[in-house]
Amino acid sequence: MATTLGFHIILACLGIALPTVVLIAEFIGLRRSDEVALRLARRWSQAMGVLVAVGAVTGTVLSFEMGLLWPGLMRRYGAVLGLPFGVEGLFFFLEAIFTAIYLYGWRRLPGWAHWWTGVPNAISGVLGAMSVIAVNSWMNQPGGFTERGGRVVSVNPWQVFFNHAAIYEMPHMILAAYMVTGFSVAAVYAAGILRGRRDRYHYTGFAIPFVTAAVITPFQIFVGDTAARSIAADQPVKFASMEYVAHTSRHVPEWLGGVYAGGRIWAGLKIPDLDSLLVGFGPGTRVTGWDTVPPAQRPPVVWLIHLCFDAMVGLGFLLLLAGLWALVVWLRRRRLPRHGLFWLLGAVSGVAAIVAMECGWVVTEVGRQPWVVYRLQTTTAAATANGGILTSLSLIIAGYAVLGAATIMILRALARRWRRGDPLETEVPYGPPPAGVLR
Amino acid sequence: MIADAVGAILLATITLYAVLGGADFGGGLWDLLAGGDRRGRAPRQLIDSSITPVWEANHVWLVFALVIFWTGFPGAFAAVMSAVALPIWLAVGGIVLRGAGFAFRKEVRGIALQRAAGATFAFSSLLTPFFMGTVIGAMAAGQIPAGASRASLPAWTGATSLLIGFLFVGACGYLAAVYLIGEAAERGDRRLETYFTRRAQAAGLVTGALSLAILAKLHGSDPPLFRHLTGRALPLVIIAAVTGVAVVALLTVSSRSPDVSAARLRGAPEAPPSGRTRGARPLAALGVAAVIWGWGVAQYPTLLPGTPVTLSSAGAPHATLVALVVLFAAVVLIVGPSFGLLFALRGRQVLRHEGGEIALVPGGAGPRAAGPGDAPGRPGPGSRAAAFGLVAVGALARALWRRVGR
Repeated sequence: MATTLGFHIILACLGIALPTVVLIAEFIGLRRSDEVALRLARRWSQAMGVLVAVGAVTGTVLSFEMGLLWPGLMRRYGAVLGLPFGVEGLFFFLEAIFTAIYLYGWRRLPGWAHWWTGVPNAISGVLGAMSVIAVNSWMNQPGGFTERGGRVVSVNPWQVFFNHAAIYEMPHMILAAYMVTGFSVAAVYAAGILRGRRDRYHYTGFAIPFVTAAVITPFQIFVGDTAARSIAADQPVKFASMEYVAHTSRHVPEWLGGVYAGGRIWAGLKIPDLDSLLVGFGPGTRVTGWDTVPPAQRPPVVWLIHLCFDAMVGLGFLLLLAGLWALVVWLRRRRLPRHGLFWLLGAVSGVAAIVAMECGWVVTEVGRQPWVVYRLQTTTAAATANGGILTSLSLIIAGYAVLGAATIMILRALARRWRRGDPLETEVPYGPPPAGVLR
Repeated sequence: MIADAVGAILLATITLYAVLGGADFGGGLWDLLAGGDRRGRAPRQLIDSSITPVWEANHVWLVFALVIFWTGFPGAFAAVMSAVALPIWLAVGGIVLRGAGFAFRKEVRGIALQRAAGATFAFSSLLTPFFMGTVIGAMAAGQIPAGASRASLPAWTGATSLLIGFLFVGACGYLAAVYLIGEAAERGDRRLETYFTRRAQAAGLVTGALSLAILAKLHGSDPPLFRHLTGRALPLVIIAAVTGVAVVALLTVSSRSPDVSAARLRGAPEAPPSGRTRGARPLAALGVAAVIWGWGVAQYPTLLPGTPVTLSSAGAPHATLVALVVLFAAVVLIVGPSFGLLFALRGRQVLRHEGGEIALVPGGAGPRAAGPGDAPGRPGPGSRAAAFGLVAVGALARALWRRVGR
């Protein structure tokens, strides 16, 4: 499940945010009659078509897995957490249809009309993401239903959808999706520039997604900070694992890095009082430790949670730095930085953003253990009683390796054709046949 | 009452998936049976270009069906997913391999690799519907205990389940062949038209024989289900039988009819497909839909036969079920007009080019090029079928809603 989700989450991010990035490029292209931006938008939308198709497959697999791997969860709470998934299905449908219209409309619809056909795409991407995050945040802060004798007897769909954790999880994840998409797309062109393809096409291809993502980064850090503070209040044990708070106390230090083992923290950098300061804006703030719950109710691998959290925050600041660098140079010289290090940073920013997002996901999922639905159902009770988990896991990994390879291969083949400079749109698997080409 | 409505919605999404997505699997089946590289090239190309744009998005219907199942009837969903986990895993594996194989085939260089990727695609197209069929078969045959938490091999390897698995494969092949006749006709390829006409006839006969075999089997092994199938579900069974016979008869007649031969003699590739072949498509879809609804009606109100689990006893809390009905109405109301926009743009020839199709259109069971025979401004048969389907689904939902409201 984790493997498939870890794979799907990347596709989902691109599905959420790529339509917006494409629209921004097309907007610039139309507004300034910029042929390069238009060409970029058209090419990205082809990649988008491929990704939507692959996302449809992985999404199908995921919905099967909900039942195959978590029958206990579905049996007890399917009636509650199923609804947001249904809403997601609706928006995915819309996204598929409007991706089709958008892809098909290139060169067939007048410019601005075509731009507007992409708008529902971008909106349904965000709304679909909200639905799925509603499920995840509900698992962190379950609510909106009453249970009698282990059976859900009534449900309030609104409270399920807009649960307590949704308020901070939704913006955090959606902004993360925009960052992942923006930096990933930009990284492709940064890599091209590093290889010496220094032309307007590559600079534009870098600038549009990079600026989008870089503008979002500070907001994301703010939202993430708020989310962490809410977690300290709502899910104190998860927060304690994130920050190595063993005992409830005041003047809690902040640990940067370090591995917790045998009651000690090895090789970590200790900053006194900072954690208390971050949680309650004062060094004397009391922070709940994991000693408030019995050991059986604590997450298993605390060091993983902590290191992932640190990695996510660290990478977030690294990406912020990249954005600031570009901003400073832009303010002083009205151009992008020329320094090789900047482009190196740009080229790794995609991977960095993806790693940061996956780390954040590990924090929220592993940090909730041993619960699958916080304080209501344990993961063991939710999981399937069938054996062969290891077999199915290895099969899933193999299958996804194939699927991932296929996706990357198709995208690379697309890029090759673009570089060859095929004058017409190229045919993509799952995509529409090129316009104006006779069969 | 509302649980029944949700049950009907579940059946409707399954129907849409079977009618729209089934043909995709069938395309893979004919791809598999198309023969060697040289002989199979022409039919493979037709299958490839027909399937390409639409098919992965058809899975959205499957996702919908799953979501409605687990939200509306969580306990039964968990039981099914536990008891017949193995065939479901195999079907899921098939879906993934299919997608990857299909995409790889276009991209890899070298005939051997292409052949391997193509075989993966085609073979998984065969396995996926088969295993899905065995799952449905296990449900229908009452092999799933209400509180199942462990996988069981006998649950889905009984004769009924296996027969229904084969029936699914046959039905997919039948649908695909019938749709592909139209595709070939729109391209003016008489040879392929005949090619798929023969296959549609064969698949129709095989599917019919399998259906009869299943009925005979049920007569012996599952008298209550058989009684309902020949009782209150009889009209639907008759519809299924009549449409099956009608399609095979239509194809036989039209393949021998003089206008087609005349067109062939004149060598006119632009000759429009005969009306009779076109009529076969909705008829075939209707037949498959009738089988599914026949099953649903015969089993009603039981959800898991052989157990006391009924639609209403397994149903989720009231608010959830209401929300599901609202959600489905929203899907019809929002997705319907979006489709409408897509087809309208095409019908007005705004999105105009020579043949070809829109990517990822979940409706319409195959690419509907506004072919050379079509007058401009007229939607192709596929869009009409899709529009008809949407209207029918909408009417159904409204009727149900009224019943619920009472």
